[in-house]
Amino acid sequence: MNNTHDKPQNDRIDLVSIRARLANEKGKIFWRSLDELSENPEFQKAVDPEFPDNTEVWLDPFGRRKFLKIMAASFAFAGLTACKLPTETLIPNEKIKPYVRPPEEIVPGKPLYFATTIPFAGTATGVLVESHMGRPTKIEGNAEHPASLGGSDVFGQASILTLYDPDRAQTTTYLRESKSWGAFLGAASEALESRRSKGGEGVRFLTGAVNSPTLAKQIKDILAIYPKAKWHQYESGIGDGVRKGAQMAYGEDVNTLYSFSKANIVLSLGSDFLAQGSGNLRYAREFSNRRRTTTEKVLRLYAAESTVTVTGAASDHRLPLKPSDLVGFAKALAASLGVSGVSAGAENAAYKNWVTVLTKELQENKGASIVIAGNEQPAIVHALAHAINQALGNVGNTITYTEPTGFSPEGFNGYVDSLKSLVDDMNSGAVDMLLIAGGNPVYDAPLDFKFADAMEKVALRIHYSLYYDETSELCHWHIPETHYLESWSDARTFDGTASIVQPLIAPLYYGKTIHEVFAGFSDQKDRTSYEIVRAFWQSQNNSPDFESFWRKSLHDGLIAGSALALKTVTLKTDAFASSDVKAAEMEIVFSPDPTIFDGRFANNGWLQELPKPLTKITWDNAVLMSPATAQTLGVSRSFNYYGGERGGNTVDMVEVSHQGQTLKAAAWIVPGHANGCITLHLGYGRKNAGRVGSNTGFNANLIRSSAEFWGGEAKISKVAETYQMACTQGQQVMQGRDHELVRISTFEDYKSGKDDSHEKGHGEKKEGHGEENKPHFGPTHPENLSMYPEWDYSKEYAWGMTIDMTSCIGCNACAVACQSENNVPVIGKEQVAMGRHMHWIRIDRYYTDNEVHEPLENPEAYFQPVPCMQCEKAPCETVCPVNATSHSSEGLNDMVYNRCVGTRYCANNCPYKVRRFNFLQYTDFSTPQLKLLNNPDVTVRSRGVMEKCTYCVQRINYARVEAEKENRPIRDGEIVTACQSVCPTQAIVFGNINDPESKVSKLKAEKRNYSLVEELATKPRTTYLTALRNPNAELKKG
Amino acid sequence: MEANSATAHQHQEPVLKDVIPVVNPGHNFETVSDKISSIVLRERTPITLIMALGIAFLVMNLLMAALTKLLYQGVGVWGLNTPVGWGLDITTFVWWIGIGHAGTLISAILLLMGQKWRTSINRFAEAMTLFAVACAAIFPLFHTGRPWFAAYWLLPIPNTMALWPQFRSPLMWDVFAISTYGSVSLLFWYVGLIPDLGTMRDRAKNQIVKMIYGMLSMGWRGEARHWARYETIYNLLAGLATPLVVSVHTIVSFDFAVSVIPGWHTTIFPPYFVAGAIFSGFAMVLTLLLPARYLFNLHDFVTMRHIENMAKVMLVTGLMVFYGYNMEAFFGWYCGNEYEFYMIYNRMTGPYWWVYWLLIFCNGVAPQVLWIKKVRQNVYILWGITIIVNIGMWFERFIIVVTSLHRDFMPSVWGMYAPTIWEWMLYAGTIGMFIFLMILFVRALPMIPMFEIKTLLPQSKVRHKE
Repeated sequence: MNNTHDKPQNDRIDLVSIRARLANEKGKIFWRSLDELSENPEFQKAVDPEFPDNTEVWLDPFGRRKFLKIMAASFAFAGLTACKLPTETLIPNEKIKPYVRPPEEIVPGKPLYFATTIPFAGTATGVLVESHMGRPTKIEGNAEHPASLGGSDVFGQASILTLYDPDRAQTTTYLRESKSWGAFLGAASEALESRRSKGGEGVRFLTGAVNSPTLAKQIKDILAIYPKAKWHQYESGIGDGVRKGAQMAYGEDVNTLYSFSKANIVLSLGSDFLAQGSGNLRYAREFSNRRRTTTEKVLRLYAAESTVTVTGAASDHRLPLKPSDLVGFAKALAASLGVSGVSAGAENAAYKNWVTVLTKELQENKGASIVIAGNEQPAIVHALAHAINQALGNVGNTITYTEPTGFSPEGFNGYVDSLKSLVDDMNSGAVDMLLIAGGNPVYDAPLDFKFADAMEKVALRIHYSLYYDETSELCHWHIPETHYLESWSDARTFDGTASIVQPLIAPLYYGKTIHEVFAGFSDQKDRTSYEIVRAFWQSQNNSPDFESFWRKSLHDGLIAGSALALKTVTLKTDAFASSDVKAAEMEIVFSPDPTIFDGRFANNGWLQELPKPLTKITWDNAVLMSPATAQTLGVSRSFNYYGGERGGNTVDMVEVSHQGQTLKAAAWIVPGHANGCITLHLGYGRKNAGRVGSNTGFNANLIRSSAEFWGGEAKISKVAETYQMACTQGQQVMQGRDHELVRISTFEDYKSGKDDSHEKGHGEKKEGHGEENKPHFGPTHPENLSMYPEWDYSKEYAWGMTIDMTSCIGCNACAVACQSENNVPVIGKEQVAMGRHMHWIRIDRYYTDNEVHEPLENPEAYFQPVPCMQCEKAPCETVCPVNATSHSSEGLNDMVYNRCVGTRYCANNCPYKVRRFNFLQYTDFSTPQLKLLNNPDVTVRSRGVMEKCTYCVQRINYARVEAEKENRPIRDGEIVTACQSVCPTQAIVFGNINDPESKVSKLKAEKRNYSLVEELATKPRTTYLTALRNPNAELKKG
Repeated sequence: MEANSATAHQHQEPVLKDVIPVVNPGHNFETVSDKISSIVLRERTPITLIMALGIAFLVMNLLMAALTKLLYQGVGVWGLNTPVGWGLDITTFVWWIGIGHAGTLISAILLLMGQKWRTSINRFAEAMTLFAVACAAIFPLFHTGRPWFAAYWLLPIPNTMALWPQFRSPLMWDVFAISTYGSVSLLFWYVGLIPDLGTMRDRAKNQIVKMIYGMLSMGWRGEARHWARYETIYNLLAGLATPLVVSVHTIVSFDFAVSVIPGWHTTIFPPYFVAGAIFSGFAMVLTLLLPARYLFNLHDFVTMRHIENMAKVMLVTGLMVFYGYNMEAFFGWYCGNEYEFYMIYNRMTGPYWWVYWLLIFCNGVAPQVLWIKKVRQNVYILWGITIIVNIGMWFERFIIVVTSLHRDFMPSVWGMYAPTIWEWMLYAGTIGMFIFLMILFVRALPMIPMFEIKTLLPQSKVRHKE
């Protein structure tokens, strides 16, 4: 056990604390000495070598490698958790409604699905959770929920790992010592009682963004009892620009809803609407639906942005602009489109052409276009976006407004301001009792607030969170939060639709829901969250039959008709009076991390190990910069001999100064990043995140100030230090292999038949001209030539998959879904750096330049998810000496884990390198919580065994059994692979290619269907559809 | 050696002035036996040999440490990863198998071709073969993820589950090829030892030693019957071993040639591997024989004739190998296949460029000095060349295994590989084991076949009148 956060007060035995501890301990406890009992750190130090299980040496057998540490059992915690296996927990008398088919009883081996909701950073996504024998194992999107439509994202997919995280806070503690919940309630009510007469003066509540109607009501009620108490809100990953921009434009906060299905032209001003933010899954679906070959009028996306985002990578035209230029561009465009009160500013060659082209495009598509501004953008950009949309008549068509979906304190004017007033109060001594419900402000508050110092002045500090983190350390009380899969709650999503959060499992530890915590501050302290949530909705519901309303809402995963009413707004005439933005030679952009967001997922191994969509970095963040900036600074990187392009990178470090603070961090070159600015993602550099998340990356909050919360002027210089990064795809160039790997074309060429992507890239070797769907090496080539006989699938199914590269946005959801479905282990940064990362489906990112863009400065990016190709003539099958990988009667390359001896010959001979090897014992067999996580339908692999994508063979077999029971063939679409089911853009299609009517067969019949490295004649079952873009001819170079 | 003598005496042996004899003048049956057997039975072990044995033993313990670590934690202690699934393990495996080739070639093919000069060095080379195969066999077993299963799942053992190995897999063929090669080499070596074991038994003074040699000699009394049977079996085994010289490395080359990876998938591999194996085998024989010759004063039996002949074999096979390198490069360009072209381009200019050019220097350029007779006859320079060739041949296998894998079809999964300390320890450990066994061999068995040397003496040339 890691004792680093034990701060020794003194070395003497503290009898008082021993007594207190004994009093609070449940059941019998045994001790050997008073030293042990007092948890004296000296004693611990002496004991550790005697019990090597506890020592660093044991946990860290590979020198610096810490992968075992990451997933290893916490022996100290094991004792606690073993008593709380879900089958043994007290089943609360609260009804949970199963989705789809309510069984009479739980049938072993048959999963049940329940609808629930993931509340996340002020929004919510409806999900279905697969539950095996009472333990949740997999998250799927809820097709009926407006924010999901069946899709899911990386945060949702990975959230299940957090449920079973052994590092989560487990019991209520007071000054680090376990206390009972009752003890806390007693202490809290005592403190409150003494303040009741004063109207709760000095009491403060600090929450994150609140979108739970029940919680909002609870807080309102509490504030009614204690009128002088105050409620503050703070989120470090959500920009205040959205709210302030709306206020600037309309004089009030609004919630903006976009309808991409009605838009022809979309301009993103630094917005990553496809991957992050409220409604992203729905928007990604609508976006991709407007970009299919069957679409009549294909949507065109322009993206002007500083950092390369998933949305920018998916765009047809991308313009890298540093933040101040982005404002200038928005203004120039607004002025050009005739928005009153906006002056275009000085002409800037960087975007001059774009203003002309976009003015024309947008004016041609009045009422059918969208201008959308990003989370990190300043208020002015949001206001300009509103004004442009108004000017174009988009409001009411593609854009609608509602009241904000979140609930805010009175007089709320942004998270930073709200926190500022709290800090001011704390500093002035006006606060003597503080409840921090969610969030980690000691880590992520603006540096200039000196939040920790201010908080020390509060007499009673209570922290409520999932982890015992940086903030908890400085608070008196800590209350463990329940995971959403253990909680009753509710949440409103992007359009205000409310849904119930229902628990899938009783709390694994002694956690409490946020409703129970706030109930502790009210006059009804003993109410359970089930009662609270149900009572709230009972009060909201005026239909006579509440019970059926409640059942239906739980079953569907949403409360029907609860979307917020549309609202009309009028543009303020003086909206842009004060709107000057300071430009600087070098600017910095802060942005939530694509995988761990603002640090709340720092201890989630799946998200830490997930390669960032564009940089493919794992386990770290870095100062992202354009190649030109890197060249000026003289920073570079080199591939290590260990792992190389696919793992270990040695990168130069830079020192970044911003607002008088400096931070040393690794530099990373991102083609397409805007010049003159750098990006630093939030969420890293945590000191007390847990075994997985502590001390990874660089803490952006150390240079983040309230004045320029999302960036501003910065200084950057190279320092003579290097840093080791683990990056899964370092190779930037295609080596002229684009034809075999990534085929691209345009909608226009494709529809007019001019698409020659299946011939392109071969220069003189254009033998296959005019022959559709033939390998490019010529029509005369004996395509079927093989030493081995053809397989016969005529009597069976033949499974196949297509991946539409037009739709794929590289969001990574499939990779995490696969990890969750198939029990893929986390291996740690050192192992990733060795080139061993285990994802069964990897998302390859390729850059290309075309006539429109400068290479490196602004390349086009394409994403290619690569699972196993399930080749017909599989090179892996013939080389395995023990027949551990063999061809199934339905055409899958089956892996027989039991039979595998691990020669790795199959992996060597795989042209696609999709096979993954358990070089060490990667799977954690000892942590009890993590055992619960595993999908029981998939073998858990041990050391020395090869593994790879199976096309989710367990799902195929499940469907087969169901079909055979009903004496019918498996229907098309009945089998949905894990990657397919979560894909927000439906890029992945799976089915029976023996059936010419199946969706996958029809896609494979399309002209743009191709396989990777066709010339090897491996005949993959997984094929790709050419990536089609919709560029504007007017934006071409020269 | 009736058969050989019979063929030999029919020809008028050409009398060449310059030819250095295979056995220096002044020896008779008695002195040959004395000289060779006394190394084992009479002389004190040279102190250098004892020290060498001690060092070799220590180095061999690296093997034990490396294997313990490997079995305890898994293949992950090595530097392997997803594009590069084989590294130093298979590189070294092929290297050792190649070294083992000289023994069989000298014993079998040169025997059948009536090359008399082989007699002084064949036993030494055969022992080397055996120990090299033993070293080689460690790698295919322990490179697997689960050696405890690999140890027998690759064998076609009938079982109730009706599970068989995959007979299409070259690794499967390897199992047969290497085990056949190992057992035939062992038999050949042992049968060739029997007459000399009889001599050792007769000359030993210590009762226990006498008994051991006595058992090993299987009652050899030098009867005509014994000699007749010995000749039959020895020639039969030579016939059996001859195809093995070609087949073993051919099959080892199939591990690569049968795959689809550019740089592996090539038809030139079988002959090129065999030539390379003989090349490295002769280099290793010389590397070991030259010091042994000096240490045990064997100049009379291992003459300049042997050394020069071996140097010539090295030159010829070295040229074949060099031709192979050039053809690889030529076809990389000529075939017009972008993957093949990139493979050779990457070898020459990629991150492992220095390994490639070292290989070209070691195996292609350095052996060219062997055209010069003076070099062939200078044991010091020659020994240096053999070391360079040994290193070069190791690099060759490294280039084939690693540079082909690390950048194949999809640039997105390109990676790099470097061996870890545990791989180097394993490699060093096998060298230690090899030298340890060689030293035990020269100390415990007659390293030069006494009875065969005797057939080369003028005494044995007494002819009956026809």
